[in-house]
Amino acid sequence: MSWRMWSLKKSVWVFHVNAGACNNCDIEIVNLLTPRYDVERFGIKLVGSPRHADALLVTGVGTRQAVIRLREVYRQVPKPCVVFLMGACACGTGIFEGAYHIPGAVDEVIREVDPRAIIAYVPGCPPKPEAMISGVVRALSAI
Amino acid sequence: MGAVFEGQGKGKTMIEALNNLFWILIFPGFLFTVALGLVASWIVRKVSALVQWRVGPPLLQPLYDIMKLLGKEILMPQDAQRTVFLAAPLVGLAGVLLLSTMLWRITIAQTAFVGDIIVAIYLMVLPSLALILGSSASASPHAAVGTSREMKLVLGYELPLVLAFIVVIIKTAGFVGAGQQLSLVAISQHASALSISGMLAFLAALLCIQAKLGFVPFDIAESETEIASGVIMEYSGALLAVWKVMQAMMLVALPLFLVMVFMGGFGTAGWPLVWGIGKYVLVLVLVILIKNTNPRMRIDQAMKFFWLYCGIALVVAVILATIGNYYGINWL
Repeated sequence: MSWRMWSLKKSVWVFHVNAGACNNCDIEIVNLLTPRYDVERFGIKLVGSPRHADALLVTGVGTRQAVIRLREVYRQVPKPCVVFLMGACACGTGIFEGAYHIPGAVDEVIREVDPRAIIAYVPGCPPKPEAMISGVVRALSAI
Repeated sequence: MGAVFEGQGKGKTMIEALNNLFWILIFPGFLFTVALGLVASWIVRKVSALVQWRVGPPLLQPLYDIMKLLGKEILMPQDAQRTVFLAAPLVGLAGVLLLSTMLWRITIAQTAFVGDIIVAIYLMVLPSLALILGSSASASPHAAVGTSREMKLVLGYELPLVLAFIVVIIKTAGFVGAGQQLSLVAISQHASALSISGMLAFLAALLCIQAKLGFVPFDIAESETEIASGVIMEYSGALLAVWKVMQAMMLVALPLFLVMVFMGGFGTAGWPLVWGIGKYVLVLVLVILIKNTNPRMRIDQAMKFFWLYCGIALVVAVILATIGNYYGINWL
């Protein structure tokens, strides 16, 4: 394993993108920073700008308005980066399958921009914080 | 014979140059200060975590962050002024490197020149100027907002900081030799903070240092939640790593400067050294506690705070120090 990936796993800076979520997954993501779960133990922290990020936490189904911004945000992130799709909506299209306001599943949207994107899925409505941590750990150990 | 002497002279200057390079790059300069700075930034994150009842990151976390940033891609904004955008982090780093080397050299080797306190004040502004340059070269509207806030903040805290140093210069004027009033070695022999005016000046300077470090409540230029990291928003990869290293080094240099000016400086061996480390940690912990117990100010509130409240307190301190100096009352 190269030192780049090794150090990337040791310090994952996360940028949170809400692509039309109902705020449920977002609350659970913020929950990860609280004393109970405290992901800073693993070097994970939320950053304010996509240019500083190593991972995108995408929540929500990806509405027509939101995916334009989502593609742009993905282009702004310096590579290598990992995309985590949090929740049932982002993983597939959830209960919105076939609805008029959705151009396609979020992973397809990101693959349009970068066919070799590293994408990890954490299903659940919303996923528990434990499930999110477990998903991040599994995804990072699979790289 | 002439040739031999010439050769010896060359060898001597060579050794001196190597020695100076060692001073700047390795021992008290770059490597040593960066290592200390990374430990200090770990202390900041760990103590913040403990204040919030969290566990906090491991000791090597700042090092992992820097390594990771060095391995990442550097993105260049489309409309950026490339040269300034690339050079600004290095200018800032060079400024802090000079400042910390100078302070360590004064502490360890007692080499000083008259007026070094003024040079130090100039060098302390360089990182902020570099931030202003770099962010205004990045052609990003968020960074532009951050730039204007950083400029106002610099205007705000420079005045009280210089006033606070003037209090110390007045207080120590009676003790040090003629022509030594502006020399850090002479000033750092006296703990000026142990008097009313010195304490006022120390508290004001501590808050100015807080603003210089870009910590809450004065992280207005870098506020992540409203302007997406503001001044450093467009920086990524190795360039961001340079900014982070610069901030880590400032975390060593600025509290060290406060310890030297207000609290009687650092020793180099034995109990004075332990006592000096204690004073440094005290300043650092005060900064961290202020960081963790205050919400972010608006820029107008910060300007008012520095110019009006700190200004008035410092004018009082200058008057007290002058009276104390004139009548020989040390505690005033």
